[in-house]
Amino acid sequence: MSAPALQKTYQVQHRDFGTAGEASADIKRMLRQLGVQSDILRRVSVAAYEAELNLVIHSLGGQLSLEVDTHHIQLSTSDTGPGIADLEAAMRAGFSTADDEARGMGFGAGMGLPNMKRNADAFDIQSTLGQGTQIAMTFNLS
Amino acid sequence: MTVADLTTLIEGSLLTPPAGEARDVSCGYTCDLLSWVMAHGKPGMAWITVQTHLNVIAVASLAEMSCIILPEGIQMEGPPLDKAGQEDIAVIASPLAAYEICARMAAAGIPA
Repeated sequence: MSAPALQKTYQVQHRDFGTAGEASADIKRMLRQLGVQSDILRRVSVAAYEAELNLVIHSLGGQLSLEVDTHHIQLSTSDTGPGIADLEAAMRAGFSTADDEARGMGFGAGMGLPNMKRNADAFDIQSTLGQGTQIAMTFNLS
Repeated sequence: MTVADLTTLIEGSLLTPPAGEARDVSCGYTCDLLSWVMAHGKPGMAWITVQTHLNVIAVASLAEMSCIILPEGIQMEGPPLDKAGQEDIAVIASPLAAYEICARMAAAGIPA
């Protein structure tokens, strides 16, 4: 990757449903200002929102980062735990460990990670139970 | 069809400022699972849901929808409604059930 034209990191708090989605909205606004074409903008927005909401619902808190260079958009997350017990199951559409509060709000469809993977051109997830989860997504600009 | 036309079609009332009434409605959708909606949301979409919290506005805004339709007399108020106004997402409350709203939208030629 060449030197980033844009870099921004958002702190995402555990269970903060009141501000959930604001980082994704900000990312979308900035990328639109940069002139990113609409289908890529849409895919990045969906992936960013799913990543942000996963941090709110499932993690103990973490960060969502955006990096843009001439050829790529990179979204990454890193959290402080608790880690995913069964990563293979978590990647399956329809599998969710969301609690009743989150489900009552319409979350927990088990589509978060599959939506991220489907929308990104490259997707990588690493998780260690008791430590945390890191996700890296790349979107090609050309 | 505009949001104003749709509001009349489903016997609804617009809860957000009138500025949103002129937007065109491109298609319709109904679902209450937000990730599911994120996967299928489209620009200009009219989305029927019983959910009324802040994240409904976030999803509609990210997908660039035209409006949110609350069926069966469900109301939205407070911060979610304020946010909808800021994001130019119209919110319509209709006394009709989601099924009836879908039927009227489909009969009026609004695609899925």
